Amino acid sequence: MHKQIALTGNDAGAEALKDVNPDVAAVFPITPQTELMHKFSSFAHDGVVETELIHVESEHSAQSACFGSAAAGARTITATSSQGLMLMAEICVLTASTRLPVVMPVVNRAISAPINIHCDHSDSMFCRDSGWIQLYCEDTQEVYDTVIQAFRIAEHPDVLLPVMVCLDGFIISHTMEGLEVIGPEATQKFVGPYDPAFSLLNTVDPISIGPLHLAEYYFECRRQMIEAMDNARRVIVEVGQEYGELTGRTYGHLERYRLDDAEVAIVAIGSTCGTAKVAADKMRENGIKAGVLRLRTFRPFPGEEIAEALCGVGAVAVMDRSVSYGLRGGPVFSEIRSFAGADAPPMISYIYGIGGRDVYTRDLEAIFEDLARIGRSGDCGEVYRYLGLRE
Amino acid sequence: MAINLKKMAANRELLAGGHRSCAGCSAPAVLRQALHVSGPETIVGFATGCMEVSTTIYPFTSWRVPFIHCAFENVAATLSGAEAAFRVLKRKGRLPEDKKLNFIAFGGDGGTYDIGFQSLSGMMERGHDMLYICYDNNAYMNTGIQRSSATPRGAATNTSPTGKVVSGKQQQRKDMTACMIAHNIPYVAQASVSNHIDFMRKVARGLEVDGPAFINILAPCHRGWRCKPEDSIEVARLAVETRYWPLFEVDDGRWKINRKPKEVVPVADWFKLQGRFRHLLKEDPDGILDWHQEKIEKNWKSLLQREQESQIEG
Repeated sequence: MHKQIALTGNDAGAEALKDVNPDVAAVFPITPQTELMHKFSSFAHDGVVETELIHVESEHSAQSACFGSAAAGARTITATSSQGLMLMAEICVLTASTRLPVVMPVVNRAISAPINIHCDHSDSMFCRDSGWIQLYCEDTQEVYDTVIQAFRIAEHPDVLLPVMVCLDGFIISHTMEGLEVIGPEATQKFVGPYDPAFSLLNTVDPISIGPLHLAEYYFECRRQMIEAMDNARRVIVEVGQEYGELTGRTYGHLERYRLDDAEVAIVAIGSTCGTAKVAADKMRENGIKAGVLRLRTFRPFPGEEIAEALCGVGAVAVMDRSVSYGLRGGPVFSEIRSFAGADAPPMISYIYGIGGRDVYTRDLEAIFEDLARIGRSGDCGEVYRYLGLRE
Repeated sequence: MAINLKKMAANRELLAGGHRSCAGCSAPAVLRQALHVSGPETIVGFATGCMEVSTTIYPFTSWRVPFIHCAFENVAATLSGAEAAFRVLKRKGRLPEDKKLNFIAFGGDGGTYDIGFQSLSGMMERGHDMLYICYDNNAYMNTGIQRSSATPRGAATNTSPTGKVVSGKQQQRKDMTACMIAHNIPYVAQASVSNHIDFMRKVARGLEVDGPAFINILAPCHRGWRCKPEDSIEVARLAVETRYWPLFEVDDGRWKINRKPKEVVPVADWFKLQGRFRHLLKEDPDGILDWHQEKIEKNWKSLLQREQESQIEG
């Protein structure tokens, strides 16, 4: 049953979780994620889902309860933001390395200090080496679609890694948009039953979960995670295509917007991509062939695909909504650069939108214009730049 | 539940031998005694600590029941997730509706009194149907004998050593059992590895009640207490006989003292067995020995009063 409704990003996340009907949810409030779990709690208390809610006393316990629940063979979710993700980060690493396919919407928010409740990506980027798959959404439709796909990706036997579905705090989480939902029947058919190979609750053939690995075994454990993350590259695309067959909305690692003949391009993740697309359209009206490359997958990092997508573009600006201190440029820029070959276009790094600093269409138009100038002159000028910063 | 040792002795040990705990360690006895009561239909959760580390060195495990370890500070939250999963999987028909499992979380005093306190409190407040057993050896022993909030006042550890200016831990210990009683959960008990029948009966009761239960069991670490390995059980027994560590339980709000020593043993006799208090026996300018004795008398009086009030209330 496909139907059009209007929801905020948080409610779209809750709607998708409702359609999946997971077994266990660990619930703890933090701005701006809070409303997602408000909505989901209502679904649980109205009997719309049969999910067992665990009202934990902290995000640390939220992820710990998820660890125990997923190990016990239950399809398990939680959601968080910012300091909540920081607090549970220790256990996030354990969830990934114990290969427990937990799904967690992360409503992106700046991290303290100073305390700030608005959007940037410093929370999820802090966890980029935690072993979690990270998918970033552009709008509410994608939040709904990605939450559903996340279960298939996480639970795939070749993957078995947890998934963060990242959505920009307030910009997506609190903005109402129209979207198409597919309802519980189609969703549950797509996601399938959850029947993990191992369960803590099996007393006939008991297993020990979380043993001590010393130098003789630990390294191989890590190698298996690397392989799983590599397998996720393929699985994310397969699941995204299958979802496309069901809904008409196909997903992969990247979205190429007017990029085929683009002379200048902006690379970004999250809601800024929508703004960049509007700016690119305007640029094209003004005779500048502008395009946008949107990263949906950040872990596993689709480096080769990005390099291939940018091949032939005259000049590129990479937008980072988080900072990597001591490394010039943010994580998106530096990782793209690590895949750039000799024939890669000149690249400019922009740190922007930190702590919820607004980004306007005109800002991105100015970047496109500057890129066009770089394309013509071949002179980059300052590579490491800030957008919207008061110096 | 009556504890039938003869019958239990015929049971298969659910904690296999060959684990790497120290000779004379009292903690494996705690685990075996608990598992003899709970049986094979038990899910064990463990906080990081000596017993977790020494029983699960991959590719080996001593556990013949399902076992889960996540981190140091979160065994209560971790096992509460598994217990919630068990309930929902039964409700959804993916496990038989009448299936019964015992959930037992174990943590040392560091993982319970200190770093795991918040997680434990949350689990108790939520009312998960599980038993938490704290094996209290009075310090962080796995990392090499550092003071915890369970360390008695005056005891020397590697972070509260005997020094030229300051000797031993300066602060009094946290009354963890009282903290758990304050959660108004169905069952809380204090036990000692020396009094195994009493402990096993308490495990049985803790598993029987509907909702969370907590047992704080004294389990000496001879390395940390600086006593002879063969004295581990004896030193625990003396803790009970001095009434430093009274055996009691609070069952549905009713207090009961489980052992009332006929002869009062002075706490100094307990201290004498342990090198961690040696400095106090030589020189005790702050009167810590007397302070302990007075505190013991006061606590005992209070316990007797609570028990009496419970009897009057019926």
